Amino acid sequence: MLAVDTLLICIGLFFLTVAAIGIVRLPDVFSRSHALSITDTLGTFFVLTGVAFYQGLTLADVKIMLILLALWHLNPVISHVILRAALRNGVRPWVKEKK
Amino acid sequence: MIQPLDSVIVHTLTRVITPVIQLFALYVLIHGHDSPGGGFQAGTLFAASVILPIIAFGIQGSLSVLERRAIILGGIGILLFAGIGLLPLILGGEFLNYGKLPIPGMEASARRHWGILGIEIGVTITVAATAVSIYYSLRERGEGEEK
Repeated sequence: MLAVDTLLICIGLFFLTVAAIGIVRLPDVFSRSHALSITDTLGTFFVLTGVAFYQGLTLADVKIMLILLALWHLNPVISHVILRAALRNGVRPWVKEKK
Repeated sequence: MIQPLDSVIVHTLTRVITPVIQLFALYVLIHGHDSPGGGFQAGTLFAASVILPIIAFGIQGSLSVLERRAIILGGIGILLFAGIGLLPLILGGEFLNYGKLPIPGMEASARRHWGILGIEIGVTITVAATAVSIYYSLRERGEGEEK
């Protein structure tokens, strides 16, 4: 049982690391949000599932699932609001410069 | 003028999430004795559940009655706190000594439990009302530039 939760948390940490690298490396707000919103959702899913396995079957599992449910609904909507605000305030999406 | 958001996604999520926030605030308030949480956190959650519909739907679709009266509600919360705190002082105990509360037919520990819950409710009302009125003043400041 210990191996399963360690594995899940490590997978989640991998996705969170990818999200962090994406925020630093990608050029503009749209692609950064792409890196963040997808990997952040997956990363928190794996980390919280790992924590749920670590706990064993208790009431805390239900609360963890509720956290996941809230994150999966709130995270995309907040990304949507931020990006809409950016687009309406005149941020142009980044394109590759032609040589 | 602060425009309300015209996104269907945000409106739908606001409708769904606002009662959930209020339910969670009640949970945080009632379980404040034995888990993380308490009056202040529940108050901020209640304030969020009032402010979020204002941001999403604009001032017309919200509880705009609260605009001027939120700070009165804050005073009521302080009154609840201070009243429950001062009642034991009058009856010969110390300030906030809930064991001296005049609730008939109850053990001292149960009196303490209900006394703590009472002042937590007072703190919740005060924090929620103060946060909402702070939001209203900031919003007026933003709208005053046009007038």
